[in-house]
Amino acid sequence: MKSRKHADSGETLYRIFIYVALITLAILIIVPVAWVFMASVKQNSEFYGNPWALPAGFYWQNFVDAWNTAKMGEYMLNSVFVTALALILLLLLALPAAYCLSRFQFRGRKFLNTCFMAGLFINVNYIVVPIFLLLRDGDMWLKNVLGTSFLLNNLVVLAIVYASTALPFTIYLLSGYFATLPHDYEEAAYIDGAGYGKAMWKIIFPMAKPSIITIILFNFLSFWNEYIISMTLMSSASGAKTLPVGLLNLMQAQQSAAQYGTMYAGLVLVMLPTLILYICVQGKLTQGMTVGGLKG
Amino acid sequence: MNKNKGFRRFLILCVAPASIFFFLFMIVPTFQVFRMSFFEKGAYTPQETFVGFRNFQMLLQDTKFIRSMQNMILLVVVVTIITFAFALVFAGILTRETIRGQNFFRIIFYIPNILSVVVISGIFSAIYKPENGMLNSIIGLFHKMQDPILWKGESLVMVSIIIAMIWQAIGYYMVMYMASMSSVPVSVYESAGLDGAGRITQFFQITLPLIWTNIRTTLTFFIISTINMAFLFVKAMTSGGPNGASDVTLNYMYSQKDAGLYGYSMAIGVVIFLFSFALSALVNRVTERETLEF
Repeated sequence: MKSRKHADSGETLYRIFIYVALITLAILIIVPVAWVFMASVKQNSEFYGNPWALPAGFYWQNFVDAWNTAKMGEYMLNSVFVTALALILLLLLALPAAYCLSRFQFRGRKFLNTCFMAGLFINVNYIVVPIFLLLRDGDMWLKNVLGTSFLLNNLVVLAIVYASTALPFTIYLLSGYFATLPHDYEEAAYIDGAGYGKAMWKIIFPMAKPSIITIILFNFLSFWNEYIISMTLMSSASGAKTLPVGLLNLMQAQQSAAQYGTMYAGLVLVMLPTLILYICVQGKLTQGMTVGGLKG
Repeated sequence: MNKNKGFRRFLILCVAPASIFFFLFMIVPTFQVFRMSFFEKGAYTPQETFVGFRNFQMLLQDTKFIRSMQNMILLVVVVTIITFAFALVFAGILTRETIRGQNFFRIIFYIPNILSVVVISGIFSAIYKPENGMLNSIIGLFHKMQDPILWKGESLVMVSIIIAMIWQAIGYYMVMYMASMSSVPVSVYESAGLDGAGRITQFFQITLPLIWTNIRTTLTFFIISTINMAFLFVKAMTSGGPNGASDVTLNYMYSQKDAGLYGYSMAIGVVIFLFSFALSALVNRVTERETLEF
């Protein structure tokens, strides 16, 4: 009887410990993020006092300044454009390729599959310098031949590079799904007179919708948040920039100009779209974890 | 025959575009990294001169490079061990207990993973700010500081980066292991409990061995991604400063590219490639166990 009681109090203590640990971790994550939201509506003079003081009022001017003066509005449009275009390109390239590579036997299939698998181990940032040099040399050549160059400082090229470097992971993920589908689906479609393309487009792709959504979610986050490639390929000081690069410049400028409010407003502008998306689809994203577990 | 021809055309239409872009922007640059490491090429000298292994010989004497390697290895080892230990233990606890608000915690823990590294570095510069940053103001409550603690100063900068990296990664891995641990059937634990196995024994003897395959793959990928994440964090938080105290190898490679020393920069790239392959091979080897099934 006595030992039983002892075990019970141990159990309670254990449960209290779990909750304390979980709540501590949750606080450590949520407080800094919430603090930035709070700081984004503070006036500049409020940044010299106690950092934990609540904002005196909602100073929306920070957002206006970030949007207009710091050009975050323009950068946001650039980011939306690049992310959307890269996602569309990625799906157009990866879906048919993954479908063929996983469902048909043909010469060179094994070789291509191995290449794409090896691509999983190549990190984009390892090869960012040669990509830059490739485009720069291309530009020089174009200048000689055509008199103009358009490869560097071009949002479309940036989107193409994003899509190309996301191919191995996307194809790997889609192939895994396509390989599980029975071949009866296409055979039935062929008997009904559908061609290869039609069977793929009308029968197989609609079935892959859950995988496609997972791919869009993960790659949206990685394209939207990416900054190294964007910084390298869009290096012209006056040229277009994506949102994270604009924010990085804003943060560096802030060190001398001390425009704290504007900087935190910029931070909020960058993370708000991802947070809103996350709140809408959080179930999907954490479900997709088991397949997305390999993502670097 | 006609059908066969149509099939071929369909195949080529489907596979060729992806293969060409993949070849152009991943395979070619990877070969270029290895090829250019044997040449001397600068931003203002369009000619390439073959120099053999000279770039690599110079690397061995470059103290900045050696320091950046040390920092990278430190970050990979420390961040991996702490993140995995915490993520596995927390996930083990969360899946075995009925926790109220489990979904709430899951949502919160995942948040850092969806933020851009630039955003995280902005958040952490607010935390680490010497004058009235969040961290120093909390420490100031407990004991009076004469001088503010310089979290991004030369002696503490690596610790600060490690904390930021763990903050970013821990939730993601926790949620992922929760997903794989919840596939272990409860009956296994129940029979172990009857045999008198406590929580800790169950965790080490049942949970870990049963999801070992998953741990192994994720560990390999985590290590590769940490090499990259370390670069992203260092570039955004400190640019390798102060005085190269927080420089990591990828960042050093990037700064050599900015300095216009392309050949030298690519020699560093080769070292990173070989290092990450060797490391993942090593981890793969060390973590090899017999696969268990339930």
